[in-house]
Amino acid sequence: MGIKLLKGWRPFAVLLLLFIVWEISVKTAGVPEWLLPAPIHIGSEAYAGWAGFSPHLVSTVKLAMLGFFIGSSIGLLTAIVLHLLPTIREAIYPLLILSQNIPIIVLAPLLVIWFGFGLLPKLIVITLVCFFPITVAALDGFKQTAPELKHYMIMAGATRGQLFWKLELPYSLPSVFSGLKISATYSVMGAVISEWLGAKEGIGVYMTLASSSFRTDRVFVAIFAIMLLSLLFFAVIMLAERRLVRWTNERSEKQ
Amino acid sequence: MSHLQITKLSKQFSGNVVLREFDLTIEEGEFVSILGPSGTGKSTIFHLIGGILAPDNGSIQLMGKEINGKRGFISYMPQTPSLLPWKNILQNVLLGQELHGKKDPERAMDMLKKAGLEAYEKAFPNELSGGMKQRAAFIRALLSPQSMICLDEPFSALDELTRLEMQKWLLSIWEEYRRTVLFITHNIEEALFLSDRIIVLSEKPAKVKAEFNVPYLRPRNESLLLTDDFLKWKRKIHYALTGGPNE
Ligand SMILES: Nc1ncnc2c1ncn2[C@@H]1O[C@H](COP(=O)(O)OP(=O)(O)OP(=O)(O)O)[C@@H](O)[C@H]1O
Ligand SMILES: [Mg+2]
Repeated sequence: MGIKLLKGWRPFAVLLLLFIVWEISVKTAGVPEWLLPAPIHIGSEAYAGWAGFSPHLVSTVKLAMLGFFIGSSIGLLTAIVLHLLPTIREAIYPLLILSQNIPIIVLAPLLVIWFGFGLLPKLIVITLVCFFPITVAALDGFKQTAPELKHYMIMAGATRGQLFWKLELPYSLPSVFSGLKISATYSVMGAVISEWLGAKEGIGVYMTLASSSFRTDRVFVAIFAIMLLSLLFFAVIMLAERRLVRWTNERSEKQ
Repeated sequence: MSHLQITKLSKQFSGNVVLREFDLTIEEGEFVSILGPSGTGKSTIFHLIGGILAPDNGSIQLMGKEINGKRGFISYMPQTPSLLPWKNILQNVLLGQELHGKKDPERAMDMLKKAGLEAYEKAFPNELSGGMKQRAAFIRALLSPQSMICLDEPFSALDELTRLEMQKWLLSIWEEYRRTVLFITHNIEEALFLSDRIIVLSEKPAKVKAEFNVPYLRPRNESLLLTDDFLKWKRKIHYALTGGPNE
């Protein structure tokens, strides 16, 4: 435990070092603030502008959580349907991969044309970036179910449904959670991009306003906020995993 | 009526004839071992009885009812314990019942106690030793609602000492409950020590090469293993299996 905690500090040390180098080089080279603000300056802007920024932050968090929830539900559902219906899987799976090649930045304006400026196009964007990692991870998880466990269940007379709910789904949980972790971080990015489509508030809106008025310090505040949010989402999923999954695939039956 | 009656059972895998007109009858409450070299089709017989394979020909009747290609009629214990890693031992031994309706945790606790696992009811499989896991797997098979138990080399992955312990334990439990058991092994001593009847299979296609009624009375104990008579029987079966001098 102690060692783990110590190791956890290493990234922070590197980060701190990076900030120091950044601060010193900006100060010594005399880089203008609108080009690249120093970390301390960004920090003080974050503190001073908190009242103006926090509503944007809250709005993005809500959007990202809603989108993540919908996206991961759709992702898991897709995986279950594709797993239980192999013929459909063969037909649909390549299309799913293709769906990931659609550049969101290009698609987003189209979504606005089709669905207007409401919540729907935003949720579609987040869902598009969120569902895929979960679908892939869950499908892999279902497929990797230990053959000897499957053999036992089938010999013991389990029906297709029992095989899925009592074996394949619980067995895939560690995989599903790795998918969820990726999606959770994507969802923040997805939410910010979707806010660029046009929204009243959100980190995306704040960012656009800041960059169009050359408030580079605020752009950086937004960037750091996005990073922190992603980390936070990741951590929440990890905690949920710890509570729900008390075993891992490696630890399963190997004698 | 026999508990299990297999008549003229044939099975081939794309030209590889594994079983040809295989016959086997087991009476209620009998402990029958199938002994044969590796790859002769012992597990295939189980897969046919368990219904995960359909025979090419012949019939499998359980209590006079044909069960060809039908699943869920036998309780099964595989070579690896195959306990679900996210269920504790109590939940695991109840799995066979869970698949077919009602659970009986009190009876399960009772049996765990007899297996010396009462302290582990809440433990997860990864916290148990190999022998303990196999005991749990056997209790799961005993608790399953089906009347016939099929065990496929359940102890072959265990070391010699644990294996003997497990055989003694299985014998004591079985002598108490007297369920019909079909037991696959390639260990002659194990078959002799445990069963009422031993079926020796020939190599491909698997046919009944010899059949022995084991004369030892029950309850049996470990000292039996060292008697001259036991060694004589062991030799006899060994020759039947390998086609030695007596044949
Ligand atoms: N599903 C299958 N498809 C093709 N061939 C199979 C299949 N199952 C078994 N066989 C073949 O049938 C033969 C008998 O296999 P089986 O597993 O029944 O042997 P076994 O007597 O149980 O051997 P062991 O003692 O090593 O467990 C082998 O030659 C094997 O290759
Ligand atoms: Mg086998």
